[in-house]
Amino acid sequence: MTTATSKRLPSPWGRLRARAHDHRSLTILAGWAIVASVLPVIVMIPPLSTFQPESLWIDGFANAGVFILLAMGLNVVVGLAGLLDLGYAAFFAIGSYAYAFGASPFTNLQIPFWPMLLVGAVVAATLGILLGAPTLRLRGDYLAIVTLGFGEIVPAVFLNASAFTLGTNGIGGIYKPEVFGFQFTLENPVPYYVAMVAILAITMVFLYRLQGSRLGRAWMAIREDELAAASSGINTITTKLLAFALGASTAGLAGVFATSKLTFVGPGQFGFQVSFTVLAMVVLGGMGNIWGVATGAFVIYTIQAVLLKELNQFFAVLHVPILQSIDFVQYQYLLYGVALVAMMLLRPEGLFPSSRRRQELHATSEDVADVPPPTEALGA
Amino acid sequence: MTVDFRRVIRPVAIGTIALLTEYALLGTQQFANALTLGAIYALIALGYTMVYGIVELINFAHGDIFMVGSFLAMWIMTTLLGLSGPVTNLLNLVGLLSIVMFATMVGMGFIGMFIERFAYRPLRHAPRLAPLITAIGVSFILQNIISSLFGPSPVNVPQIVPLDKFAFMGGKIGYLNVFMVVLAVVLMIALQLFVGRTRLGRAMRSTAQDREAAELMGVDINQTIAITFFIAAALAGAGGVIQGLYFGSIKFDLGFFVGLKAFTAAVLGGIGNTTGAAIGGFIIAFVEVYATVLGYTQWSEVAVFTVLILVLVFRPSGLLGQQLGERA
Repeated sequence: MTTATSKRLPSPWGRLRARAHDHRSLTILAGWAIVASVLPVIVMIPPLSTFQPESLWIDGFANAGVFILLAMGLNVVVGLAGLLDLGYAAFFAIGSYAYAFGASPFTNLQIPFWPMLLVGAVVAATLGILLGAPTLRLRGDYLAIVTLGFGEIVPAVFLNASAFTLGTNGIGGIYKPEVFGFQFTLENPVPYYVAMVAILAITMVFLYRLQGSRLGRAWMAIREDELAAASSGINTITTKLLAFALGASTAGLAGVFATSKLTFVGPGQFGFQVSFTVLAMVVLGGMGNIWGVATGAFVIYTIQAVLLKELNQFFAVLHVPILQSIDFVQYQYLLYGVALVAMMLLRPEGLFPSSRRRQELHATSEDVADVPPPTEALGA
Repeated sequence: MTVDFRRVIRPVAIGTIALLTEYALLGTQQFANALTLGAIYALIALGYTMVYGIVELINFAHGDIFMVGSFLAMWIMTTLLGLSGPVTNLLNLVGLLSIVMFATMVGMGFIGMFIERFAYRPLRHAPRLAPLITAIGVSFILQNIISSLFGPSPVNVPQIVPLDKFAFMGGKIGYLNVFMVVLAVVLMIALQLFVGRTRLGRAMRSTAQDREAAELMGVDINQTIAITFFIAAALAGAGGVIQGLYFGSIKFDLGFFVGLKAFTAAVLGGIGNTTGAAIGGFIIAFVEVYATVLGYTQWSEVAVFTVLILVLVFRPSGLLGQQLGERA
């Protein structure tokens, strides 16, 4: 739509969009650079600056990055391939424990952070394949249940196999990352922030290229009609398995990063709430649209980590009779639940939908055939 | 009516032998435990299987409907009836239990219908993912409503049935266990009769087989599906009453694990098959009790999910289910 207008009317904005369309990967990198440099400035402006000091904001953004990574990974599984994974936190846990085993006093190993990122991703992907191989040939909703069970088993194993994981106490004192001799510290969140943005930008470029590739189109074909996709020569099982493994590896990355930042890992961090929160981020952001999902994750994390607490203080200061006594943080999952149901009923394509997904979700079975080829540009 | 004896006698014989073996292996106490647990799982599994059979939806909120049922029963007992301890007069006890059971089942039935009407019916023609996500949302809504009404910590349920036990073949069995298993079996037989012999049951079966054809034959689809949800939720409510009376305390997140186990039971028995769901419920309970007896209590959940994955891999249609297509 926008590209058509820009051809007729080559305004500076139109030309910029056209250039951005030609150099997508560069645009994504530039976009992240802009976002990353603007965010620290925005939080210095009141009223945001009154909520918490800037270092806490930066710290929160780095944590939000973990959830953005998780949401982008789950988006491959749910949004692109249309497989409902309800145990996504399991892969997050596997990545986290992989780093804890690779770099902590508990195992007496000190493998550097950057190779561990890859190791975490590969370990998570392997387990994803092991789980997916027997189950992906089943009906879609069985997969949801199996992943739900898997998401419960993994933390349970980490909890009960206490000889290897220290059980409830978890593994502490995990080593922090280091870049060319520069040691990350807990006092200064900026290096984590920068590293997170770099990881996010690279992952997003990768996922965008993947989405437009033969594999990405195969995922969407399976999502829309598995039978037709199989008839067109797509090996549905391998393709679904790849989506599953890729989603798992992204969660593994997120796990390694989160653990290196928290320097602690315990089985209590990976409950169903995590899987559910990430799913809510993907659904609210707009299944299938990478920027939308990332925005959804960022917004939800910020609301959950900052605004709900602020809301409590805000009403406490104002002495509003009823609102004062409500603990908004306590109701966040109720809000997610209501938001999920409302979203599915009213706007199933999410807040920032991909144009293709929107047509699909609003189409009745008769006019599915009329869905045009994908035309989505950046952030469409 | 002729009865196909091979179809009746063989399962009954296998079942009897299986039960006797279990009894010999586990001893009276654990055997009674497993049967009671199995009754709860079976009642919930029936709901999963009925709903799946008719609308092909895994109702993720079903475990939480069971949980709401246990809280509703607790609320009826304490607030409405003012009960706090054992009722010793047998006649009173039977009367009170019937009231609690009936009120909980009807109440939960209407809640189930309400959820179907507003959360699932609008999405009946949407892509498969949409109602699944809605169901997860409903599950979280139910949990959080209960936790904000009754608090996040476990809530005690008045033990209105005396905890007396009677000696039985060298062991002791509580009257409560007997009552619960009998109740569950009665409800299951009633359900079988309802589905198999009544006009509404026939409507349900025909809707499950082919919704459009059933509609053309004059079946009111919306009404039939609503009734299915009513029955499913009512059975879960009955399970909730048993849960509260048997374990003495209930918690807002109780439905999550119990729901998962009951779903495993439904899949094990063959989803869509009510007899299968009941049998699956008892099998899962025995798996869990075995894990406890062998000293692996904390691994019992892992064992149950392993069973689920094994069944899905080797016999996706379940013990009694018919072969379903790869994707409906």
